[in-house]
Amino acid sequence: MIRTALLATALVVSSTALAQNTLKIAILGPMAFVQGEHHWNGAEMARDEINKAGGITVGGKKMQVELVRGDTNEIQSVPDATNAVERVITRDKVDVLIGGFRSEAVLAMQEVAMDYKKLFLGVGAAHSKLGLNVEQNYDRYKYWFRVAPTKDVDLARTLFAVMNSIGDQIRKDLKTDAPKVAILAEKAVWTEGLIAAAQKNLPAMKMEVVGLWQPSAVATDVTAELSAIDRSGAQIVFTILSGPVGISVGRQMGERNMKAVAWGINVEGQKEEFWQAAAGKAQFVSTLDTYAEVEYTPKTVPFVRAYRARFKKAPTYTAATYDAIMILKDAIEKEGTTNPDKIVAHIEKSEHVGTGAVATFDKRHDLVWAVGKTSGIAVQWQDGKKVPFWPPQVKGMQPFKMPAQ
Amino acid sequence: MLQDILVTGLVNGGVYALLAIGFSLIFGVARIVNIAHTAFYMLAAYCFYTLLVKVQLGFVTAALISVGGVTALSVLCYRLVIEPVREHEAAVLIATIALALVFQELMLFSFGGHYLGIPSTLEGGVRFLGVSIPYQRMLILAVAAAMLIVVWYVLYRTRVGLAIRATANDLEVANLMGMNVHRVAMITVALSVSLAAVAGVVVAPVFVVDPFMWLAPLVTMLAIVVLGGLGSMKGSLIGAIAIGYIEAITVFVLPAGAYLKGAVALAIMVAVLLVRPEGLFGVVFEEER
Repeated sequence: MIRTALLATALVVSSTALAQNTLKIAILGPMAFVQGEHHWNGAEMARDEINKAGGITVGGKKMQVELVRGDTNEIQSVPDATNAVERVITRDKVDVLIGGFRSEAVLAMQEVAMDYKKLFLGVGAAHSKLGLNVEQNYDRYKYWFRVAPTKDVDLARTLFAVMNSIGDQIRKDLKTDAPKVAILAEKAVWTEGLIAAAQKNLPAMKMEVVGLWQPSAVATDVTAELSAIDRSGAQIVFTILSGPVGISVGRQMGERNMKAVAWGINVEGQKEEFWQAAAGKAQFVSTLDTYAEVEYTPKTVPFVRAYRARFKKAPTYTAATYDAIMILKDAIEKEGTTNPDKIVAHIEKSEHVGTGAVATFDKRHDLVWAVGKTSGIAVQWQDGKKVPFWPPQVKGMQPFKMPAQ
Repeated sequence: MLQDILVTGLVNGGVYALLAIGFSLIFGVARIVNIAHTAFYMLAAYCFYTLLVKVQLGFVTAALISVGGVTALSVLCYRLVIEPVREHEAAVLIATIALALVFQELMLFSFGGHYLGIPSTLEGGVRFLGVSIPYQRMLILAVAAAMLIVVWYVLYRTRVGLAIRATANDLEVANLMGMNVHRVAMITVALSVSLAAVAGVVVAPVFVVDPFMWLAPLVTMLAIVVLGGLGSMKGSLIGAIAIGYIEAITVFVLPAGAYLKGAVALAIMVAVLLVRPEGLFGVVFEEER
């Protein structure tokens, strides 16, 4: 009853906002943290670019974009995240939701957004369930799209493609047939699928899995884990980390002069601040990433340069809020309406060349995975700089380096 | 594997010991339930980071200012927050929780939720029994040992130490004997927080500095002090080393359950308390008094 009343109120107020020729977009993210900061920065760039050009054209009229800052605090609290979504819908009367980061929180945020039938373009969470919901109950969840990153299963495909390339280099350099891999994954729901995939696929790739270590996502000390990994003789540490433990791993591997090289997902390692946070010890740590000054799409280099010029740092993948807003703009302009159902139908069948991906969506409203289109890139920290090294066919890639043996 | 456990457990135990000494003094000896103790450790780490990395002062100057500044702040906090409610333990508990949260939010506001790194005071490391040990961790062990000796000396060889132990034993009798119990409590808080600040300066370079870094050590410190026996410095030291070893054994024996190392340590603490409620050295502590 209350939910129905709130929904009715939201719909009334929403149409009022549209009548005022303003498209209100909530940018949802943990704003006190880097992820939220980049959510907001990417959105600001899109807003300013659109508004400077006069706005979004809807049926011959121009609509200005207005951003609403929705601080979800989702790293600390899932209830805070759902409260933030309720607040931007009912109080701020936004038309569209963009952002989210932590899968556990975004799953809950998705429910609230779908209750209100709000278009929600996800930029940050990887868990497959978000897309599975669309497939299993299309009428309820069709307003959800995942703009970045690819779902966890596809992240795994990218990880193994790069792992294959690193494995070949180790076979050649160290003259070994089966490189030894230690899996170091934080204990979190989003890592479960990736761990299972690694344990299944790595032996098939002629690599030996020497063990699985699962520290807490917020562990500040992983010396015991690294000591055990060192003892196992691992040549690759396959990291699946999103929390601050990624910094501890990078720093403490460097302090211990480990001969193994770290490859995988290390969200902290994607940030420009990583090198400082790891006190300059994270040499050769490598991670999946989205942005670098390489010609991944025709828009990547100009975007990264403009972002760096404006914010004095390189974007992380949550800055793909820029692409989400541009996808929305294209859909509204092509359909000539802000009707969510028509926007959904348009996004489902269109291809969008963004700054971080060439995006097309499948029946789950997930990105269709393809190397060089949506797979992202791989980067390695070398002497304080994040050096892109994969996919090799993209212009601007540099060699991957191994620690001295 | 055995040598890895032996070395890793000892080195990590040293980190905990340095943090636990100050907490043992304030919580165990002076019986002031200062939950903000590890928040002062966090403040010292931020202060050291700012002076060393941002202002670019030298290690020694940055360390001295950090320890001195945080200790002075603790005295101010004692006078304003703890002293007015000192006689009500529950009120002290709540007031210091609030104080810690205020510090946390202030750091979140000032520095954001960014994770910050402090350069090591000593670079490099050695290999011992085939295990790599960074010099910074050895420094922590040395500082922990030095702090333990200093605290023991102050408590058992000085008039201030005698006063601290006397007021902790019986506040009213100490007052009747002419001791300025408020001043003694203030000195205890200052001494204890200065140890937390030293820990912040020495330990933070091996960890990551962030506004929530005070929470995990607080739980571990409570476990160590209770495990070792309230008021026993020796118990705290042994408790810290024991927790270090328990965590190392957990990681080596159960690598896929490495995230459980804190929980396993706490479970063992609960088990010890069920068998011996006064902690490992609780009886000795009573005799020492």
